[in-house]
Amino acid sequence: MKFGVIIFPGSNCDHDAYWTIQQVAKQPVTFLWHDSHDLENCDAIIVPGGFAYGDYLRTGAIAKFSPVMESVRKFADGGGLVLGICNGFQILCESGLLPGALTRNVGLKYVCKPVHVRVENADTPFTNACRQGEVLTIPIGHMDGNYFCDDATLEELRRDQRIVFRYATPTGEITPEANPNGSLDNIAGICSPGRNVLGMMPHPERSSEPELGGTEGFKIFQSLVGAMAEKP
Amino acid sequence: MTMSAAAAITPDLIREHGLTPDEYEKIKQLLGGREPTITELGIFSVMWSEHCSYKSSRVHLKRLPTRSRRVVQGPGENAGIIDIGEGWACAFKIESHNHPSFIEPFQGAATGVGGILRDIFTMGARPVAIMDSLRFGPITPATDISEKELHKNHSVLEGVVSGIASYGNCFGVPNLGGETKFEPCYSGNPLVNAFALGLVRRDQIFYARAAGEGNPVIYVGSKTGRDGIHGATMASEEFSEASEAKRPNVQVGDPFLEKLLLEACLEAMQTGAIVGIQDMGAAGLTCSTCEMGGRGHVGIEIELDRVPQRETGMTPYEIMLSESQERMLLVAQKGREDEIFRVFQKWGLDGVEVGRVTTDGKMRVKQHGQVVAEIPNEALTDDAPLYKRPLERWEPPVPREMPENIELAAPGDLTKNLKHLLASPNICGKRWVWQQYDHMVQTNTVESPGAGDAGVIRIKGSQRGLAMALDGNGRWCYLDPRLGAMHAVAEAARNVACTGATPVGATNCLNFGNPEKPHIMWQFSQVVDGMTKACEELEVPITGGNVSFYNETLGEGIYPTPVVGVVGILDEVHKATLPHFRGTGRAIVLLRAGEVGDATDVESEFGSSEYAKEVLGTVWGYPPELELEREAALQKAVVEMIQAVLLDSAHDCSDGGLAVTLAEAALPASVGMRVDVASQGLPPEFVLFGEDASRVVISCDHSNLSGIQQIGVKYGLSLDMLGETAPEQLEIKLDGRVAVSAGVSELRKVYENALEAALQAEPTTVGAG
Amino acid sequence: MKAYVYVSLKKSVLDPQGKTIQGALKKMGFKGLEEVRQGKYFELTLDGGLTRAEAESEVARIARDVLTNPVIEEFRFSLED
Repeated sequence: MKFGVIIFPGSNCDHDAYWTIQQVAKQPVTFLWHDSHDLENCDAIIVPGGFAYGDYLRTGAIAKFSPVMESVRKFADGGGLVLGICNGFQILCESGLLPGALTRNVGLKYVCKPVHVRVENADTPFTNACRQGEVLTIPIGHMDGNYFCDDATLEELRRDQRIVFRYATPTGEITPEANPNGSLDNIAGICSPGRNVLGMMPHPERSSEPELGGTEGFKIFQSLVGAMAEKP
Repeated sequence: MTMSAAAAITPDLIREHGLTPDEYEKIKQLLGGREPTITELGIFSVMWSEHCSYKSSRVHLKRLPTRSRRVVQGPGENAGIIDIGEGWACAFKIESHNHPSFIEPFQGAATGVGGILRDIFTMGARPVAIMDSLRFGPITPATDISEKELHKNHSVLEGVVSGIASYGNCFGVPNLGGETKFEPCYSGNPLVNAFALGLVRRDQIFYARAAGEGNPVIYVGSKTGRDGIHGATMASEEFSEASEAKRPNVQVGDPFLEKLLLEACLEAMQTGAIVGIQDMGAAGLTCSTCEMGGRGHVGIEIELDRVPQRETGMTPYEIMLSESQERMLLVAQKGREDEIFRVFQKWGLDGVEVGRVTTDGKMRVKQHGQVVAEIPNEALTDDAPLYKRPLERWEPPVPREMPENIELAAPGDLTKNLKHLLASPNICGKRWVWQQYDHMVQTNTVESPGAGDAGVIRIKGSQRGLAMALDGNGRWCYLDPRLGAMHAVAEAARNVACTGATPVGATNCLNFGNPEKPHIMWQFSQVVDGMTKACEELEVPITGGNVSFYNETLGEGIYPTPVVGVVGILDEVHKATLPHFRGTGRAIVLLRAGEVGDATDVESEFGSSEYAKEVLGTVWGYPPELELEREAALQKAVVEMIQAVLLDSAHDCSDGGLAVTLAEAALPASVGMRVDVASQGLPPEFVLFGEDASRVVISCDHSNLSGIQQIGVKYGLSLDMLGETAPEQLEIKLDGRVAVSAGVSELRKVYENALEAALQAEPTTVGAG
Repeated sequence: MKAYVYVSLKKSVLDPQGKTIQGALKKMGFKGLEEVRQGKYFELTLDGGLTRAEAESEVARIARDVLTNPVIEEFRFSLED
């Protein structure tokens, strides 16, 4: 059982995810270089946060052409577990591994703060340690987290229960005030039809240790470890 | 020697380069009697500018204490370094980017962050925190400010904050806050002081020194363009209306490239093939070449044809003076260049060999094989002019005693006065600012901006943590520069101590007006004296920093504004204490190191407070008295109490006085209080809003009071039992009578929304980025 | 040859930047304004090795595959000799 954390030029949460997996989840983990096709037999891939290629064209727009992403696409097609965090979510959308796109926050500013997200589907490899409807406090830090997709896609996401997290109040109500960036339907995270690819804007690695003020994000890593243990 | 086509050096040209006729004579003398080439004139002009040479300040800066058993590197390198134990050291520095930020707020502030980050990782340290100290003109309507000026101040603030955010967020370093203050004197002269701190293993520090004859000199990073030419000279001139036309001089930052440079440089350093390294900041290639050679007592020869250029047809003058960002110059071990080039290639960067180390102690610049400049290093560094400029004692044009028309001690409710202060720009919550900064990346942030008086980070793989705080009070330095500077050091250190960390080092950014004016130079000298005294008493040596003169527009100068950054060590970071109350039914105590002064002192000191400025609309008198020995005792006592795990919270009592301090402690966790303060016969405004120094508000479990008392007595503190935390309602009595009473959630709204409300009071400006 | 590529958000996608500029312009008193949409502009300098038709198809490919995200953006371009 091994995790791989991708490094793109401009990734800056790569070491944070690595640390959480190695030191908190106590699991084997390795870095994967963007320029290589080799996923080094990893069982789960993290596409970390940051500003891959400076986000200069669009968030994730250049990273999707990296050799490593070709391998990730194949890996995901074969049912491999892929978690995209923040910039990683943006890259997964650009790559077509997840539908929709992440556009500029309605407030037009970068927003860094803890938010509350409601677990809409606890039956995924990323949320099996959570209760359905549970509210988690996890920080966000982004300029482009405003999720958008067309009506048909939204319908499909809802029907297939692929909306995994929605921005909510501390008590779990879905309100416009609880939405930090203008996301469609308060969407904070979605998964692929096979449930094996998840993209989320909040940073679970930033709330995985008590010293950092919270541990609720760690449930995502805990879930993954559980899911991997069950896999043959 | 052969020199390229010599342009005639006219007196006008010399003046345009900011050089005096005497300085020009000295240049000729240093060149062995010959006239400089135009390239050489440009080189001298930037290296001898105030910004690079410290020619007006050096004689004074020598007085600052710079040593302790923990100081590994003092002033003179890219950043200072302090030993923090367990094999770790931290590099840190604060630097101004005031002038560029006024001309183009977004890029000016962004490149300010970029520059200070390069200073840190040049030393082999990975940047782990940044902070900023910002000063702007007023952002709320007042009778003495035009709508145009208000609008300009808003857009400078918006631009500066988004510039800092854009650079730091992309680079991936947490911004732990700092301070944002407003005074009319900063309207035409905003201050942007950027602080950065990095971690390095004690035995893996790199220095900006060249060595080894024949060793290759390698250029890496961004290509050289015409941007920022004469940035350093610009920072050494007053602003006039024409300065705004200097816009093309401002550099554009590329945080993505800087992130690649960081990773590539740190990885290249691991090869062991790097001899010395320096970033190209102010004065670009010129400065890095002669300083690296100078520090290593060697020469450097470079060929400009090999310098990567973004534009065609650049002259040697332009290449040498360009301030294009994100460039580094390094000296490698001969024969091991490829190891370094391979690392750069991995990160998509091109390293280019542009020259080599020589033994003649000269900076030699060639183009197409022809020498275009040849100057002894010392001529540019050690032999730069040194001025002992005239000083003239100066009195601020304010009354020293309380004006007679000021009426205090009106009986009754002071709740609205507290709300007024909580909503004032200098005191209100700065969430609008720091929420735009990524303050959590790197997952080390223990105390974020807004949460604490200081930022605290943990050091991964160790029990230790680092606390850091920036502080400066321009108004106090205006009223008394020496005392004001002492307060800046004391408050920054007190903020660090309130987290439980022991302050161990400091960096300073000294922002002043035109040093050719004797009263400005006097203010400067006084500030250095005050800072020297405070740094000695509080045992925080200055390890580096910078001086920014000429912060004047159309003859209007800023308040003398020294900003101090203090760094402290927490042996056990899990003990770090926050400033806010954590629950109800806990004891609230005011720790005091000084005596309450007599009525005359109190009246004159009250005139320097936020209350006097904001509520009474008048400034008079002096800053509060400060006894450094007692201040040091207070700080030691607080640290000891936190180490003994006796406290729930500790909050430095400063801007807005006791009432504001209590409110700030109540707001974050919505905990109210019932306190009763003894007035000792003083007017209620003094007691609640006076800004006496050396005070800390703590909260704790009642059972810890005896332990706290013991430590307090040991350090000679007074302990005033104020009352107890309680649900929701904030109630402050004076001698048993209610003076302030309000719901915490109501106060919180006032405090948290004020800044945003002020900025939304007019059309949002659409800034860059 | 030069290619000028304009990328903008699709009409159906909210453009918060355009909206903000529009609001600001209105407040500042500019008249006759119905809508502002913000977009991106790219200037590509081609090396001359392509015919006009080839250039057209190559630029279209660059614009479609790289410069835009078809989920939210659309583009147009022009060529100039």
